Amino acid sequence: MRTLAETTQEVLSLAAKHFQLPAGSLAPEDDFFKKLGIDSLQTLEMLSRLENHFGIELPDYEVQGVSDFKTLAERIQSRL
Amino acid sequence: MKSFKGQTLAWEFRDASIELTLDHAPANEIGTAMLAELEKFVAAFPALQAETAVCIISSVRKPGFSAGADLRELYRGAAALSEKERASGVRVFLERIHAVLNAIDAAPFVTIAAVHGVCFGGGFELALACDMIIADKMARFAFPELRLGLIPGFGGIPRLKRDLGNAVVRDLLFTGRTMNAARAHAVGLLAQLAGEGEALRIARSTAAQIVKFDAAARMAAKQFIKLIPREELQREINLFCELFARPAVMAALKKFVEDTGPMPYLPK
Repeated sequence: MRTLAETTQEVLSLAAKHFQLPAGSLAPEDDFFKKLGIDSLQTLEMLSRLENHFGIELPDYEVQGVSDFKTLAERIQSRL
Repeated sequence: MKSFKGQTLAWEFRDASIELTLDHAPANEIGTAMLAELEKFVAAFPALQAETAVCIISSVRKPGFSAGADLRELYRGAAALSEKERASGVRVFLERIHAVLNAIDAAPFVTIAAVHGVCFGGGFELALACDMIIADKMARFAFPELRLGLIPGFGGIPRLKRDLGNAVVRDLLFTGRTMNAARAHAVGLLAQLAGEGEALRIARSTAAQIVKFDAAARMAAKQFIKLIPREELQREINLFCELFARPAVMAALKKFVEDTGPMPYLPK
């Protein structure tokens, strides 16, 4: 089973890859709305990528109000 | 009419198939313009029937298949009316869209929704009127209407209930959550799960298989297995109109329309 640190790192890597940012340019505490400049539809796209990658289902109401990668990774971790 | 290019959609006939392509910025919101062109589409069925075995409905808009009803148009239209007139105004629209979706549901050929990205509300209801849904793995399905104080109004509840267990319907309705394609496939909503960007290609391949079978047997099978839940659909229209007349719905629509935040499509 992944540790939270590993999950967080995978979330950051996936987001960087999806939004074509240099590896290591995102940090766990970053606000992904501000850092990535994404809207709700792009957020859903990212959610799909994360669900497909981790093989989980993460209802979007669980990420409502979440804006940093660290908390997002915690929500994913609770489903692994 | 074997081909058509309108403001919100286009269709083209080739090799015993019609491909209907939704193309209305930003995300194929279904308002009066798309409704009028969908009415044109179903009016062409009798002329197309003899040569057509399959119809594929897809979208060329990047966000997805359809984000659902055009809530901005709905709000603007309703705001211009008195409270009394609102329910009757929305009923006229609902009766028209139900007639279109019932025609697609009972189309004299096999219908396939090739879905990518968002497939929400009225867009989901359009897909549910089709015989099969083929979606790519990035597709998401939702009935977000309850967050506005409404129920789905384009036949979504009766059609989803027809195809899946009632528990799945309640889950989607009561949470307003989006369901990913893997889950949609697991619960039996999707005929096939496609790779990213591959739904239309797989729908075409499926159409090529469907075309091989005897047309009379194909239509007999469809009429036997796919009954339209007309009584429930009518009750849905009535219930939607009752709910729509409430001031809370106008307030929720206003909030959605004025929401400039990054997450208006996510459940709150």
